[in-house]
Amino acid sequence: MTFPNPLDVREATASRQGSDRAASSAKSSVVVEARKLSLVYPTADKPVTALSEVDLTIARGDFVSLIGPSGCGKTTLLRVIADLERPTSGHIVIEGMTPEQARLKRLYGYVFQAPALYPWRTVERNVMLPLEIMGIARAERQARAREQLERVGLSGFERKFPWQLSGGMQQRVSIARALALQPDLLLMDEPFGALDEITRDHLNLHLTQLWRATGKTCVFVTHSIAEAVFLSTRIVVMSPRPGRILDVIDCDSLPRERKLEIRESPEFAAIAHRVREGLKEGHSYDD
Amino acid sequence: MSDLVTNPYRTSLRSAADWGLVAIALPALAALALPLGVQNGAVLGWFGGSMAPLFLIGVVLAVVAGASAPKRVWGAWAELAGVALAWLLPLHLLNEGLDLSAGWGLWLFLVAATLLLWRVMGVLAGMPGWTRSVVVPGLFGLGLLVGWEVLVRGFQVPAILLPPPSRIAAALAANAPVLWDDFRQTVLTSVLRGYVMGCGAGFMVAILADRVPFLARGLLPLGNLASAIPVVGIAPIMVMWFGFDWQSKAAVIVVMTFFPMLINTLAGLGNSERIQLDLMRSYAAGYGRTLVKLRLPNALPFLFNGLKINSTLALIGAIVAEFFGTPVVGMGFRISTEVARMNLDIVWATIAVAALTGSGFYGALAVLERVTTAWHPSMRQR
Ligand SMILES: Nc1ncnc2c1ncn2[C@@H]1O[C@H](COP(=O)(O)OP(=O)(O)O)[C@@H](O)[C@H]1O
Ligand SMILES: [Mg+2]
Repeated sequence: MTFPNPLDVREATASRQGSDRAASSAKSSVVVEARKLSLVYPTADKPVTALSEVDLTIARGDFVSLIGPSGCGKTTLLRVIADLERPTSGHIVIEGMTPEQARLKRLYGYVFQAPALYPWRTVERNVMLPLEIMGIARAERQARAREQLERVGLSGFERKFPWQLSGGMQQRVSIARALALQPDLLLMDEPFGALDEITRDHLNLHLTQLWRATGKTCVFVTHSIAEAVFLSTRIVVMSPRPGRILDVIDCDSLPRERKLEIRESPEFAAIAHRVREGLKEGHSYDD
Repeated sequence: MSDLVTNPYRTSLRSAADWGLVAIALPALAALALPLGVQNGAVLGWFGGSMAPLFLIGVVLAVVAGASAPKRVWGAWAELAGVALAWLLPLHLLNEGLDLSAGWGLWLFLVAATLLLWRVMGVLAGMPGWTRSVVVPGLFGLGLLVGWEVLVRGFQVPAILLPPPSRIAAALAANAPVLWDDFRQTVLTSVLRGYVMGCGAGFMVAILADRVPFLARGLLPLGNLASAIPVVGIAPIMVMWFGFDWQSKAAVIVVMTFFPMLINTLAGLGNSERIQLDLMRSYAAGYGRTLVKLRLPNALPFLFNGLKINSTLALIGAIVAEFFGTPVVGMGFRISTEVARMNLDIVWATIAVAALTGSGFYGALAVLERVTTAWHPSMRQR
């Protein structure tokens, strides 16, 4: 696998604007704002409270990880942001809009837990799918798809079918597909959860470079502490039954440019420790 | 290692341990002691002056060549030549005017030849590509035809009960113009139109029922009801409603094919995973886009299932419906009238046309399915 230089003129401009917030005063610095957000799934036997009074603010350019044991509502929170699920109560605003308006304006790209590639489409045509739906002209569609595939290191695989690719490659295609929309907000639900540790490290490095180069706001669901600390500027620790936020940890002590070596640093260990303590606290409710 | 276990041709003549061949050779040897048949009232043995020894030598040579071939596929082809030669013997003897019905030596010999064919097919079926997908089924069909021919003629089965394939082929050739007119009336007119209307309507109503849930709820039980209606029940009614010509046949076909298509399409439309649908929703894709770009491609295997089932149903429906009234042409009409006149050769020829049409129709759909759903897990390996 190669590491293409993920810098590209258009997005690099966007990132400069993102970091220079005074210049882009038209855009608020808050991308996602949730207040007292609750969601109850009405299941057959008894209702499940997946989210309970969640307050969360995500600033532009942040990389926010949601971490917690399975069933604590991470996916649900992400789906509420994406308007794939409606909250039972509370407020949520995305870029000053309702989630539905944000979805209809295609403000976010969503990377699902499984690659969810369409098996009858080649890799390239899978990446072109959102662009087809947006009604973008064929030539530009193809150019953008090629560009994003190159960015995730999959040049040369355009004509392959998804099943001819490894799991890690498939997940990279699905990231390229989300990036092809050129969204400001990238929502990722355990994208590397099913991959082996080596591939995962590799893709994490890739992802953090991509994030730095594009200045996108990322919301990333994981249940790996190391992954969360390595990638994030802020970590949201959640606990189950009912799903709620226990702690929000800033990772300012780590440099914005992440290299694999920072995992050996004392700052990294300190943050990881705090995350672990937070998760422990959540579990004491169970016993 | 696996070659040692699975390769029945690994042995050369030098290491005579091919027990499969030995098991086949035993009945073949025993057969040599029994008669071949009766000629002019006299029982004829293997070496009684016929050409039989020449065939025998040919078969033995083929088997020897097969057993000593360096590759098992080559061995299989050599043995196949032996099998062909063995089955040509009774045809030759019949042409010489022998009565084979008491020729137990010949029949036992043919049993051995069939066992040899079994062995050959086992090897060929393990070959990838054309050998497995075309040659093996082709040989199988050919074997059945030859067996039918030899048994019917050897035991002198009356043609009124079951004519040999050669006689059916002759009837086909002799009655080609009539059969072509029947084919045009039944298949090209009634079946095609009824099929397109029935499948089209089933598909479109399914799309509608998918949007309007109460339609699906109401229609699905009706589907069970409709599939229980016998053709012989609705055919006379449709003839009364729509007259003798193709319209009544098409109506019967529509009744028979509508629900299978509806049910398969509905099942196919429900075949998309939630995550795939969520993806479309995240792109703000509307109903139409989701249908065309996701749900219909996902439904393709189900659609083809419906189309394939219906191809057979349509042909049966048209032929049976023609029993209840038709202009004086059509495959169903031909069968019903020629049976009454004891003209069974034409009946069998018509049946052959129907069988070929049915398999051709089905086969064309299967090829189309393979081309359009090559991505589907069930198609990938093949
Ligand atoms: N569609 C649904 N219907 C009913 N319950 C659900 C549904 N989706 C999730 N849940 C429940 O909500 C809770 C939170 O689920 P989820 O957000 O998927 O958790 P996580 O992603 O953190 O593992 C779990 O208890 C789960 O069983
Ligand atoms: Mg989850």
